[in-house]
Amino acid sequence: MHAIQVTNLTKRYGPTLAVDDISFTLPPGRVLGLLGGNGAGKTTTIALLLGLLVPSGGQITVLGHDMARDRFPALERMNFSSPYIALPGRLTVEENLITYGHLYSVPNLGARVAELAVQFNLSALMRRPAGELSAGQKTRVALAKSLINRPDLLLLDEPTASLDPDTGDYVRTQLESYQRETGAAILLASHNMAEVERLCDDVLMMKTGRIVDRGAPEALIARYGRETMEEVFLHIARSEAL
Amino acid sequence: MSAARRMGALVYRHACMYRRSWPRLAEIAYWPTLNMLIWGFTSSYLMHLHATPGVALAAGAMIGGVLLWEITLRAQLGVTIGFLEEIWSRNLGHLFVSPLRPAELIGALVVVSGIRAALGLFPATIIAYLLYHYDLFAPGPVMLLFFLNLLVMGWWMALGIVALLFRYGAGAEALAWTIAFGLTPLACVYYPLSALPGWLQPLAQALPAAHIFAGLRAALRTGMADWGQLGAACLLNIFWFIAALAVFGAEFRRARVRGALLAIGE
Repeated sequence: MHAIQVTNLTKRYGPTLAVDDISFTLPPGRVLGLLGGNGAGKTTTIALLLGLLVPSGGQITVLGHDMARDRFPALERMNFSSPYIALPGRLTVEENLITYGHLYSVPNLGARVAELAVQFNLSALMRRPAGELSAGQKTRVALAKSLINRPDLLLLDEPTASLDPDTGDYVRTQLESYQRETGAAILLASHNMAEVERLCDDVLMMKTGRIVDRGAPEALIARYGRETMEEVFLHIARSEAL
Repeated sequence: MSAARRMGALVYRHACMYRRSWPRLAEIAYWPTLNMLIWGFTSSYLMHLHATPGVALAAGAMIGGVLLWEITLRAQLGVTIGFLEEIWSRNLGHLFVSPLRPAELIGALVVVSGIRAALGLFPATIIAYLLYHYDLFAPGPVMLLFFLNLLVMGWWMALGIVALLFRYGAGAEALAWTIAFGLTPLACVYYPLSALPGWLQPLAQALPAAHIFAGLRAALRTGMADWGQLGAACLLNIFWFIAALAVFGAEFRRARVRGALLAIGE
């Protein structure tokens, strides 16, 4: 059973086609990158996978559940992080993690929160309001929240955006470690090509709502005769033919 | 069990927020207390001018009306402000991709609203008793039915407002503060239904509040509950609550189609 199975997915806003008949799968234990310029349809695709949006056509199955009819059992086993969605700023880091731990019915919640505090180097921040943290600290808290329920599927929208290189590397290491230990599947939308090369087993290249190419990062680099994913990205983004 | 835990999580989240924000806590009790002081002194003054049984009844109805209508206002504000807090903190995206069901979100906000209403009305009730010798509970246990009906009326109004927030986004925030106040003339809080012009009376009768306050005045006048008015209020509340749930559900589905959940704060 795939972690994600998307078939002929379409999302239309009036005359605008935000996602245009895309199909892909994400097997368990794999990391799939979703790449594309602004307006390519990445965030819309993630919102569709999370059930925040209803598709105009096609089918989404997540962890064996049809998201159109039965999304809550899947939501219990997945999680999401984005720097563009905040956590309540007046609550402390600890209170936020406890709140989300209860929302995801996490067993032994106190121990899990303590474990995440150590893993994401948050112990000194647990009593501080989330709204008073720096961008890097907020991102670490958001990632801790996204792992609170030990998800089988993790959806990440630009997880290291606005982080300094050191913190970005720290976060990527934590994600690699989590993925290796649990065998979770990860879908990652990112503009950081080095991050994609490092984390992703496979990549979907999106442009104007369509998947224009796919493959392992090294395979894409070889196919386009380039040296880095960044060059592949620029080639696809600027190509009229695709 | 999980549903209760998820609802408890949201109640905990709001409790943490209020614990750390004294302006929010003060706001809960501010308006009920202020209203009680203004209308309580007005009633005392009227009693001082004309100490007749009729004026005493009107004064009692006025103080009772102030207290009881605040229950509806606080119940409505409790749910809508609770929802707006999630918009203001840009947290809705996380909530709607968690296993929290929409019905559980409503349930949690209703619990928060009930607690807010109780906290907000406690000082006003004490002031009414100490300053104006008005005992809200004098008519007996039947008052609990009045309270419950007024709470439910506040909740279904709030559901309708949240549905409007789904449709129009945070731009419709002003409705949270104004809709219930706008209905006050039709609620017949301080005067009987017959005080309204004939063409307005059917509109007022469609609201549970007009029946609740007619029942309250009857209880004050005769010392006995008017079960007919209470029954009418109950039936109207059930009708409006179901209608508001249907509108909420329809607007939530529509918001998921339009992508409004992603941009509700704008």
